[in-house]
Amino acid sequence: MSSFPYLLVLLLLPLVGGIVVAGMGGATVRTAKLTALGFSLAEFVIAVLLWFDYRNFLTQGGGTSPFGEVVKVTWIRSFGIHFALGADGISLILIAMTCFLVPIVLGASWEEKLPAGRTITGYFALVLVFQSAMIGVFAATDVFLFYCFFEVMLIPMYFLVGYFGGPRRAYAATKFFLYSLLGGLLMLASVIGLYVASGHVLPEGTLDWETLRSIAHQIPESTQVWIFLGFAIAFAIKAPLVPFHTWLPEAGAEAPTGASTLLVTTMDKVGTFGFLRICLPLLPAASQKLVWLFLLLALLGIVYAAIVAAMQTDLKKFVTFTSIAHFGFIVMGVFAFTTQAMAGAVLYMLNHGIATGLLFVIVGMLIARGGSRQVADYGGVWKIAPVLGGIFLVATMATLALPGTNSFVSEFLVLIGTFQRHPAWAIIGTAGIILSSVYVLWIFQRTMTGPLRGAAVVDTDTAADDGVRGAAPELEPAPPAGGGTATAVVVEAPAEPKVKAGFGDLTPREIAVVAPLVAAIIFLGIYPKPVLDVIQPTVTATMHAVGVSDLAPATQNLNGGGN
Amino acid sequence: MGSLTGTALLAASVAPAVSPTVSPTAVAPSPPIAAPSIDLIGVLPVLIVLGAACLAVIVEAALPKRQRFVTQVVLAVAAIIAAGVVTVVLGVRGHYVVTFAGAIAVDSATYVMWGSLLALALVAVPVMADRVIEPGGVFAAEASAVIGSPRAKQATAVATPMQTEVFPLALFAVGGMLVFPAASDLLTLFVALEVMSLPLYLLSGMARRKRLISQEAAVKYFLIGAFTSAILLYGIALLYGYAGSVKFAAIASAAKAGGGSDLLLLAGIGLLVVGLLYKGSVGPFHLWTPDVYQGAPTPHSAFMGACTKFAAFAALLRVMQVALGGMAWSWKPVLMVIAVISMAIGAFFGVIQQDLKRMLAYSSVAHAGFLLLGVMSITERGVTATLFYLLTYGFATIGGFNLLMLVRRGGLEAPRLADWAGIGKKSPAVAATMTIFLLSLAGIPLTSGFIGKVVIFTAAMNAGMGPLVVIAMIATVVTAFFYLRVIVMMYFAEPPAKSVGGIDAPTVALPSTLTLVSIAVCAILTILLGIVPQPVLDIMHVTFPLLS
Repeated sequence: MSSFPYLLVLLLLPLVGGIVVAGMGGATVRTAKLTALGFSLAEFVIAVLLWFDYRNFLTQGGGTSPFGEVVKVTWIRSFGIHFALGADGISLILIAMTCFLVPIVLGASWEEKLPAGRTITGYFALVLVFQSAMIGVFAATDVFLFYCFFEVMLIPMYFLVGYFGGPRRAYAATKFFLYSLLGGLLMLASVIGLYVASGHVLPEGTLDWETLRSIAHQIPESTQVWIFLGFAIAFAIKAPLVPFHTWLPEAGAEAPTGASTLLVTTMDKVGTFGFLRICLPLLPAASQKLVWLFLLLALLGIVYAAIVAAMQTDLKKFVTFTSIAHFGFIVMGVFAFTTQAMAGAVLYMLNHGIATGLLFVIVGMLIARGGSRQVADYGGVWKIAPVLGGIFLVATMATLALPGTNSFVSEFLVLIGTFQRHPAWAIIGTAGIILSSVYVLWIFQRTMTGPLRGAAVVDTDTAADDGVRGAAPELEPAPPAGGGTATAVVVEAPAEPKVKAGFGDLTPREIAVVAPLVAAIIFLGIYPKPVLDVIQPTVTATMHAVGVSDLAPATQNLNGGGN
Repeated sequence: MGSLTGTALLAASVAPAVSPTVSPTAVAPSPPIAAPSIDLIGVLPVLIVLGAACLAVIVEAALPKRQRFVTQVVLAVAAIIAAGVVTVVLGVRGHYVVTFAGAIAVDSATYVMWGSLLALALVAVPVMADRVIEPGGVFAAEASAVIGSPRAKQATAVATPMQTEVFPLALFAVGGMLVFPAASDLLTLFVALEVMSLPLYLLSGMARRKRLISQEAAVKYFLIGAFTSAILLYGIALLYGYAGSVKFAAIASAAKAGGGSDLLLLAGIGLLVVGLLYKGSVGPFHLWTPDVYQGAPTPHSAFMGACTKFAAFAALLRVMQVALGGMAWSWKPVLMVIAVISMAIGAFFGVIQQDLKRMLAYSSVAHAGFLLLGVMSITERGVTATLFYLLTYGFATIGGFNLLMLVRRGGLEAPRLADWAGIGKKSPAVAATMTIFLLSLAGIPLTSGFIGKVVIFTAAMNAGMGPLVVIAMIATVVTAFFYLRVIVMMYFAEPPAKSVGGIDAPTVALPSTLTLVSIAVCAILTILLGIVPQPVLDIMHVTFPLLS
């Protein structure tokens, strides 16, 4: 272990960057944007260094603490609260993902169309401040500190949605904030409950994660269940699990593309991360008792969100619903209580960030061209923007977890791991894959293939006529290539549809933005081992903390129908 | 009344009196002394403030009009600072004593209460001297002039400087507030309440603009206040009838011994507590609060919102702990219900308010419900937590009210929510500072209000009130909705058109240096107490037993 305080720097650098960028009122917008990008790239470099540092920590056999890289200072003595940061495999993955995505999001937002009177400088500054809070959530090893970052991250996101978002931004931002705050405050009650409960076991109450984990089995089960519920509601709102999800489509749709990408890919991970970091290790008895509830919610999410996603008419809402469906898989993996499933869930958290991130970014680029979020306003885009269409295809394939893309590995691990313990749940979950291919392929077909059509693509003169056709694409037969060209010929015959001005293919900047994501999708789809190596020890430790172990292969078949 | 006092004094002389040098642990065995002992050092902070108030009355009579303003402001601020310094010195030296024949108890809790009250007064009182935002001052030039009369109109029109009687009145109120939580018998409690309340009634009616609303507020406040005093007094009489003494300690021991009429005791407790809850504007005894906060001159609303609430809850803490602590089984369930009602009233009525001053009033009702949780826990932690919460709440409230003065429309304050649209663009500083205060009131981390909530809810959870804490959390979310609405207005809404119906769009006024410093101090403390609360928590640590 080196003595360089990676986590502290990771936490403070974006904050400083945000303040610097916000203070650059006099400089040109371009300088401010470059400064922000510079800070985010520096942050990424430090995250990479942290990764290697942690790898060294693992190869040296680890230490007494599960966390490589620890910062710990007493903060509020009266309540046993520390300012404590640490990184284990799970938090490292998420920190790395955040640091990987932020420069991409900044690049994607480079020419974001903001509401009148808003400057992009403020937008970039808020993104950096948000990143700082996210690092804090993932790195905090004191439950109180975790809670603080959990709430604080709402504020930059609140302003990102409410100040820079779409037409219904104020409503969406308030709904998002209040929903999260409700969860957050119930969680605060649980944090306090945890403190009080620890005071019954120890001479002085504490909120230090490691201490709490060591006494976790001494807290009575009934107490654990109450504390667990407070945390679980907060995390279920954040993730979001299905009955608590209604804020996300609103916020995700109204936020500017960059902010919604971060919202869905990083902020929502706090929910599933919270289950892994707090609920499972600190409240093991309650976790085991309530497994059925979360498996049920997970399945509900997978099926319900997939159906709703298929019905969406708004592109951004569509992406948020695909994301909700994926979170169902992640939660299923977390609560299946097998090493494979849990490792798969953690990997899924990373892969979802990359795949959904790409989908959001590319949808954002499409919307920036067409100026509309309606699915019906697009059609046959591939014809005029083949690179955009190609990337869109990659993103959709990663979303439906096609073998060869990164999502496949994680989805497979989750399902196979779940099958060992809960075959019935796993089988229903597998049906979710079919549903996901339905919504993904359908949206691709409606927007990308077929003749040029839709108000956003075609110049207004011909839009009215073609809009109707665009609105009812389900009448067309499925084969995209052949059928598409055939219809196109028919339409093109009377009058060549005029493409809207400015509706071109991806620019070099945009290609540079999506390229790392595409590369990551393919690389992790083929060779996920480096990531799994980092995840494995932490997952084993978490399983151990919950007090469950994998079923032995011999008993699998015997107990297969049980549970 | 006179005979009652006589009996009380008689009782006092029989009870063991404490000489200033005797340490609290040695209270019981000391022999009875005929004359009541008086420790002037222990009550020095009170004497300084009340003495300065008397001096200020003389200043008002003796000095020419031109010189009064500066003298009064300097006198008021100097008195508060001096009292604060003395409090700190005495508190550090641990000068704990029960004096004035057991009427005043000066212990660690008293010093914490005095110190916090004086700190709040120090940021609230100077704002009353602002003559920049409103030419001539926020207070009336001639409060006695008949509304609408040529004299009154002229006084407003030519910006005649405000009446400087405001300052002695404020000092008297502060003096009463200092005695209130230190009172160790019910009569002193009552006298302190009156000393504190009468100036507040007067000050409420002294707004320069909107005189009618202001006077209406004053009359309402006075009538309900008088009513409250009667209830309180009745409670005192019943408790005296039960215990044969008005001393907290005597009531506690009488209740412990039992044997008297429980009806007298319970009715007495009920009336006494209701009287105190009125002052703390706890729902459903809050009905005066919105009207008074709305009608009173804004710096005075800030002063009331922070300091009166502090004094009322501090007194409640002592009464509940010392006199009625052994009776917790009787009043706790009732107070639990009241706490929930107060949270509910504050949260849900707050949501429908369109006037920010009324919104802050309902927010104060909701916060009173949270504060009751701390009162009910009757532990050292509970007392410390309640006082800390009151302090953080006070700074945020003073800051919030002060900012309300700055946004003006057509020469008047513009407290309507709609008037605050787009303030974030017009004056980023005002919007940002207001956001800090609102986030603190909502209890978002890194603000003092969050730490306040954590300490008070921890105390409550430790005392086994988990379900109440969850209810309080839900109420907090509802209150957050209306705080958030202001932020939405300030940042996300477009500013209104330049001129609507002949009235210009709201503008942001520049305050005087004193106001600016007050706002800045509130904002800095709100952030600072949210990030490094430990030193203040240490200072505010109260050790039991409270003296009596």
